[in-house]
Amino acid sequence: MKSFKILLAFGLCLSLFTACSKDNVEKTKKANTTENKEKSGQAFIKDDQSVPNVLQIAIGSKDHSTLVAAVQAAELENSLVNAGPLMVFAPTNEAFSKLPEGTVENLLKPENKDALANILKYHVTPGNYSKDFLKRFKKLGQANNKYVKVEVVDGEPLIGGARILGSVKAGNGIVHVIDKVLLPQ
Amino acid sequence: MKTLFKYIYVMKSIITLLIFAITFTSCDNNSTNKGALSSSAAEKVYVAPGEHDEFYAFMSGGFSGQLAVYGLPSGRLFKVIPVFSQDAEKAYGYNEETKPLLNTSFGFIPWDDAHHPDISQTNGELDGRYIFINGNNTPRIAKIDLSTFETTEIIEIPNSAGNHSSSYVTDNTEYVVAGTRFGIPIPQKDIAINKYKGNFKGTLSFIKVNPDDGAMDLKFQVLMPGFDYDKAHPGRGKSHGWFFFTTYNTEEANTLLEVNASQNDKDFIAAVNWKKIEEYVNNGGGSKMPTNYAHNVYDEHTHSATSTMKKEVIMVDPSEVPGAIYFLPTPKSPHGCDVDPTGEYIVGSGKLSANVTVHSFSKMLDAIENKKFSGDAYGIPILNFEDVLAGSVEQPGLGPLHTEFDNEGNAYTSFFISSEIVKWKLGTWEVLDRQPSYYSIGHLMIPGGNSQKPFGKYVVGMNKITKDRYLPTGPEVTQSAQLYDISGDKMELLLDFPTVGEPHYAAGIPADLVKPRSKKIFKLEENKHPYVAKSESETKVTRNGNIVHVYMTTIRSHFAPDNIEGVKVGDKVYFHITNLEQDYDVPHGVSMIGANTSELLIMPGQTETFLWEPKQVGVWPFYCTDFCSALHQEMQGYVRVSPAKSDIKLSWSLGEGF
Repeated sequence: MKSFKILLAFGLCLSLFTACSKDNVEKTKKANTTENKEKSGQAFIKDDQSVPNVLQIAIGSKDHSTLVAAVQAAELENSLVNAGPLMVFAPTNEAFSKLPEGTVENLLKPENKDALANILKYHVTPGNYSKDFLKRFKKLGQANNKYVKVEVVDGEPLIGGARILGSVKAGNGIVHVIDKVLLPQ
Repeated sequence: MKTLFKYIYVMKSIITLLIFAITFTSCDNNSTNKGALSSSAAEKVYVAPGEHDEFYAFMSGGFSGQLAVYGLPSGRLFKVIPVFSQDAEKAYGYNEETKPLLNTSFGFIPWDDAHHPDISQTNGELDGRYIFINGNNTPRIAKIDLSTFETTEIIEIPNSAGNHSSSYVTDNTEYVVAGTRFGIPIPQKDIAINKYKGNFKGTLSFIKVNPDDGAMDLKFQVLMPGFDYDKAHPGRGKSHGWFFFTTYNTEEANTLLEVNASQNDKDFIAAVNWKKIEEYVNNGGGSKMPTNYAHNVYDEHTHSATSTMKKEVIMVDPSEVPGAIYFLPTPKSPHGCDVDPTGEYIVGSGKLSANVTVHSFSKMLDAIENKKFSGDAYGIPILNFEDVLAGSVEQPGLGPLHTEFDNEGNAYTSFFISSEIVKWKLGTWEVLDRQPSYYSIGHLMIPGGNSQKPFGKYVVGMNKITKDRYLPTGPEVTQSAQLYDISGDKMELLLDFPTVGEPHYAAGIPADLVKPRSKKIFKLEENKHPYVAKSESETKVTRNGNIVHVYMTTIRSHFAPDNIEGVKVGDKVYFHITNLEQDYDVPHGVSMIGANTSELLIMPGQTETFLWEPKQVGVWPFYCTDFCSALHQEMQGYVRVSPAKSDIKLSWSLGEGF
């Protein structure tokens, strides 16, 4: 339900946006205009045949509405649908709710877009490894240029202290659902 | 309850944010559109019928093995030059004359993976004489002559595997340089794969180019540690005499490199003082190592290629030339290795790093002079990262790959993961502009953008992912290039155009530097082909055992001879066809029913040969395959094939007995 509302809001955004463009630009001039980067890019390709990518998996999960909202606020959609391969550590809504009061609200403010993007990129590794395989690493190099520590406790890999609750294979990588938001040092 | 409240709060924030975003982007979008309306992208790429493009763009074909020639700004495709792959359209690698070009120490190889074209230079500026390109898979370097747009030389690189950090030319085309991506035992031997570390090596090959005729000669190889040498560029201007190679897998892993080669925080850029090594070799340095590689040369006068096997190479051990090679630590498996037009900055893009690292040539020299080493790798000194670092562009995008330069001190870097081109300033490292690519750009190219004199009007992005950009053509879709105008402060996307194969690097050059030298015909009187017939009176058919040679000519609109009898089942019939035309753009083609090869496409004044092995008795037609003239359809002939034991005499004729 939550994700549906967000999608609805996002869709609304798109339709308003499109309507606006159409009002202001004559069709005949279309060839002369450059791309509208806000609504174009791989994230917006219609494809109902391929295995869902990491972004689509997150959007389709009711437990990840906060993460999806954050990705959209940081405008990282197009990066998450890239050929990658991408390994996304996806904190659940519950994980976000464990953050100190007001943290998420604050990060979603437009002026904090860079800080938000930095945190989100800390959840992304260029790679595609199963939960079991992750035990071979001591650290992972993340997309924000920082490393996250990998430990093995009771036979389970802990990523920056977060437990992997489940994993979903994606068309362009893998999503590991984690129980904690990773914060870069 | 508390969670729900929080959720509502979050949702409210998001909706507010979205509304803000809508308002903001709408306004922004309007102003963008107005800007675009005032400067028409369509007009900027429109080249009127009959007009010529301003630039040539040579784009590697990647897995097609070829080199495609486009015009800029129109994006029109003019020619696909066959280089490493057989091309039935042009009979390349099918006719007897060009087969030797594809010979290697592994035998005839009809394909390769062509990556990095680079145009010859004089004084650090494009001179438009030749273009070089590397074959990645079975290591080779090819030279294409830009007067004929044909491949005229291919040299195999021994002691190499994965010929990827190739084929870049120095300021005066003194050398074309090739480096190995895959460490291998050198010389090759039977050894356990897990003995990689310390036992496997890489080589950097320096191929001397003759300034007069462009002839290539493998002058020496440098035996390096078994890292993966990924990309390379020569020093320019002040750093002329040096060559720079990015490396990854300094871990020397032999399995699961995506994990094991990403362990070190920094790999290296190898700085190689080739002038110093050249001097050492000129004074008798280096050891003569037995080897085996093919050197294939096409002669424009015999219209034929020959392949020679070479048996020796000069191998240089870096420890014998102290002060010739240094390692510059560079973060996270650097890929692109690009040198700016002044030669001061060496850009290394760590493909797993979010930053773009720039080293300073003068700081490097200073660090070398003051021996500021942090250690060594197999005896090669490692300089301190901080001592050679000029600066870095902080988090400009995700997945930086390659950098090209304009003539105003700006750099343009491609970012694969965030799918964009980012323009930044050399020296201040500030990001000036960014434009999305559709999608996931690999290389990018500014004409002359890797020389001392870039022509900074356009940048072409070569994208790895196409998806929905064009009409769909099933699972396989064309690769997409994109042209941006970079003459203003902000880049402007002008055009998408489809490309052949999978372009990696490309090279662009003002058309005026190439056009005047472009050949129109081959002169018949200069034809030295051993089976040429320079007139119809010289045509004949000869037999030696079961080998039959047909000396045939073609002119609008007949073959001479066009009736041949006395050929037998089991013969090997070589059709040597000379195009007698001396008129621009009048090639003739030819093919024979049942020939197990391609057609021939013969340019005016040229001789080409195909082999036909008749297997069935009968009368078999041949015809012209290129629409050459009004009476093209009349351009046909017959060969009578008799049983193997037949005693019908060899005879040939044209226009007799009718």
